[in-house]
Amino acid sequence: MKILVTVKEVATVEDEFEIEGTEIADQYLGADLNEWDDYAVEEAVQLQEAGVADEVVTVTIGPEDCEQTIRQALAKGADRAVRVWDDSLDGVDLLDVDAKTEILRAVVEEEDPDLVLTGVQAGDDSFGATGVSLAADIGYEWGAVVNHLEHEFDGDVASVRRELEGGVEELTEIELPAVLTIQTGINEPRYASLRGIRQAQRKELDVQTLADLGVDESAVESALELTDMYEPESESDVTVWEGSADETAAELGELLRDKGVAP
Amino acid sequence: MTDILAVTDHRRGELRDSSYELITAGRQLADETGGDLHLAVISGTVDEFAEKVNREGVDAIHTVSHGEEFNHDVYTQAITQLYDELAPQYVLTPNSVNGLDYAPAVANRLGLPVVTDTVDLATSGETLTATREMYGGKVETTNELDGEAVVTIREAEWPAAEGTGDASVEAFDADIDEDAVGSTVNGFEEVGGGDVDISEADVLVSVGRGIEEEENLDIIRDLADALDATVSSSRPIVDNGWLPKNRQVGQSGKVVTPDVYIAIGISGAVQHVAGMKGSDTIVAINTDPNAPIMDIADYAIHNDLFDVVPALTEEFQ
Repeated sequence: MKILVTVKEVATVEDEFEIEGTEIADQYLGADLNEWDDYAVEEAVQLQEAGVADEVVTVTIGPEDCEQTIRQALAKGADRAVRVWDDSLDGVDLLDVDAKTEILRAVVEEEDPDLVLTGVQAGDDSFGATGVSLAADIGYEWGAVVNHLEHEFDGDVASVRRELEGGVEELTEIELPAVLTIQTGINEPRYASLRGIRQAQRKELDVQTLADLGVDESAVESALELTDMYEPESESDVTVWEGSADETAAELGELLRDKGVAP
Repeated sequence: MTDILAVTDHRRGELRDSSYELITAGRQLADETGGDLHLAVISGTVDEFAEKVNREGVDAIHTVSHGEEFNHDVYTQAITQLYDELAPQYVLTPNSVNGLDYAPAVANRLGLPVVTDTVDLATSGETLTATREMYGGKVETTNELDGEAVVTIREAEWPAAEGTGDASVEAFDADIDEDAVGSTVNGFEEVGGGDVDISEADVLVSVGRGIEEEENLDIIRDLADALDATVSSSRPIVDNGWLPKNRQVGQSGKVVTPDVYIAIGISGAVQHVAGMKGSDTIVAINTDPNAPIMDIADYAIHNDLFDVVPALTEEFQ
């Protein structure tokens, strides 16, 4: 079985930040491997270790800057990586679900995986839609918000649990080929070993442009346009206790006594 | 192209609250576009569901009787066929786990853009302005798109529709291709049972990512012991395997309403807040004064939790 894992470098934001136009100012931004994707990579690597998968390939849409983050997945055990970028994507505020689907479809057609794992969502724009959109587009089956995947496959069928609201899990069988969107908590993502990190530097990281993939530039024009970004108005009427840790702890202690809930 | 088609949400024989919230959002959009609000009720006891969602503001209800439970392949086929029949401007679905299991597929099959997890919607002519959050709620954004679209709405953002409606109810004869149904739901399981029921606790000492390391949970347990309270947590603590699932507060965990909820190192993601906003008194201990938890906290301490928690424990020992 061949597994393709979609991974994304996401922007992280400091507690205090400023907005410039429709972006957060650069100096307040960091970068990390999307948390959900970390679980998806781990699941794929575990399937490989269990002898179920023969090859784990990651794919990302992102500029050269993100290669260090992408190599984290290689360091954890993915075999090779594909990175798609194009001059026409430079400076694009928002790549919407359709645009990502168009690009990823071309990669799926080239790689022909049996299983595609994506994170449930990205920590930055949180659309939570690309995996299912991709599945519908390429004619794969799918399952959204999977928090358990049986590592023994019954022929061409994957047994999964989908995490519904309110502590309920749905037990579902999904025919392969399929796209599963992976929820956090499905496994315990490993830390990359030093050996893994060294090996990752030598693993193949193939860069593809839209033209290489046969994707027309017009196909990645987002229908959705980001027009404004602002800090949400706080509806807070919180009482802030000021002072040292001891003083504030004393205030809280008094509240608990007032409420009659302290022993 | 002025109508709205909203897809109701049910599970294990019960309509979910989001169905009624969709009516409110759908009616608002239909008023703006000057169209009708259509509801789709797919699978399960459709006639009973149709009667329940026939509330004020609904113009027409279309039932598709096919199977008992949600199946995304059935939903995707039924909705695309309804779309072809009704030609609505917008398809609205809940941004629930199941909503996200079919809305992007419906959009793709129809060749429409999809915008998910919206918290506010407005239209002007053919243009839809959708408000959504980014970076875990640190910022809000507005996003514009022209023409038809599939839109998912965040749960509990719109009030539930009330009153009794006089919508027409009609069975829609969807042609479901069983060969295109590639997934089978075999059952459900309640998780998070066990020794403790956090929803019964009067005082919850709830811990989040701010605790940093598993070893540090000891100071939380010590505080709970001193207060005779119960330990609960936000999602990352359970994801890390530091506490069992039955301690998780939030959308995918338990909904709790204690007398006092002490949120320690919890930023207050929307999924967490959904599970604890009904608490009588909420106290947040968090060094970030802008954390979303502050929006619903009654009291806040911005000192380091590693200083405050032991100090509080000491008070009650």
